[in-house]
Amino acid sequence: MIRSLFTILAIVLLGAVFATIAIGYSEQQSLRPLAESYVQLVPRDLGAANVVTGILLPYRAFDTLGEVAVLFMVAASVGLILGAGHRRPEERGEDVQEAARPSSEIVQTGSQILAPLISIFAAYIIMNGHLSAGGGFQGGAVIASCVLLILLTYPEHQINVAFLSIAESLAGALFVLTGIIGLIAAGGFLDNHILPLGQFGAFFSAGAIPILSVLLGVKVGCELSVILDRFRPQP
Amino acid sequence: MISNIVLTTGLLLILIGLWGVLTHRNILRVIIGFSLFGTGTHIVIVAIGYVTNGTAPILDRTLPMSEAISRVVDPIPSALVVTAIVIGMAVTAVMLAYTIRLYDSKKTLSIDALMESKW
Repeated sequence: MIRSLFTILAIVLLGAVFATIAIGYSEQQSLRPLAESYVQLVPRDLGAANVVTGILLPYRAFDTLGEVAVLFMVAASVGLILGAGHRRPEERGEDVQEAARPSSEIVQTGSQILAPLISIFAAYIIMNGHLSAGGGFQGGAVIASCVLLILLTYPEHQINVAFLSIAESLAGALFVLTGIIGLIAAGGFLDNHILPLGQFGAFFSAGAIPILSVLLGVKVGCELSVILDRFRPQP
Repeated sequence: MISNIVLTTGLLLILIGLWGVLTHRNILRVIIGFSLFGTGTHIVIVAIGYVTNGTAPILDRTLPMSEAISRVVDPIPSALVVTAIVIGMAVTAVMLAYTIRLYDSKKTLSIDALMESKW
């Protein structure tokens, strides 16, 4: 009783704070100086049409690298938590409600048609990160959704986790290596001027941003796939 | 105007998430509460970046470089939210992994079964 009173009190007080925020908020009429300089600098200085990617990859690339490290840490810790002793219910001597049966013909055919299309879409998203909405993180998540579809359709299918780990480590090492090349050949860590900027809006443009996007996409896709695989009962 | 509506929606989602975290006893529902909390925060951050009549900060034929400054929304909150979404997904994955282990050891999803560390 006293606990639910505290809960209601907490919600009401936080609601009051939020209400003052919502009432006192007025929409921006023009960009703030920092955003203005980003919007000017990204197309002129980096040659990227998508300003958000321009901020994420070269300007705040150190943040992005840290975020990738967080993802790696999560994949490792999920493996650590679920690694040993997490087995199938029937192996633990419990009665299983219903024997697992293979997925139906419709599900199998549907996922066989969809999986390649999803992969192509992921590649499109990753490669167009500097031109339109998209980029490494988003494309990597789409790759992981393809893996999830396969896992749902074929629950017994074994994913080659060793390959995924190697691909992921390789992509991470190349990402850092690209950053160090930027340190030597251009203005700083993860600078994209190590390659020519090319024509603005062209597919191969914006210097090293497409390469960084690809590496990021491979890394995120592999990491998310490994996390998905860890959640299955290990044989 | 649009961002006021979106901001209010995000703040309401945060409140709903907090309510779910505080009242529910099932761990899965608590995790859903945390996810709502995070999603509400993302919506609030994106709403703060909106500029009246702005469009996405992607330059193309219809948005030449000369007009960009007067017509785009703030790109920085969008970039930050991309980061925040990934971190939120990571946190959810760890919470779910712990839930699986807790269910393995306690055979229940209720947090009332976990009294060892309660003072």
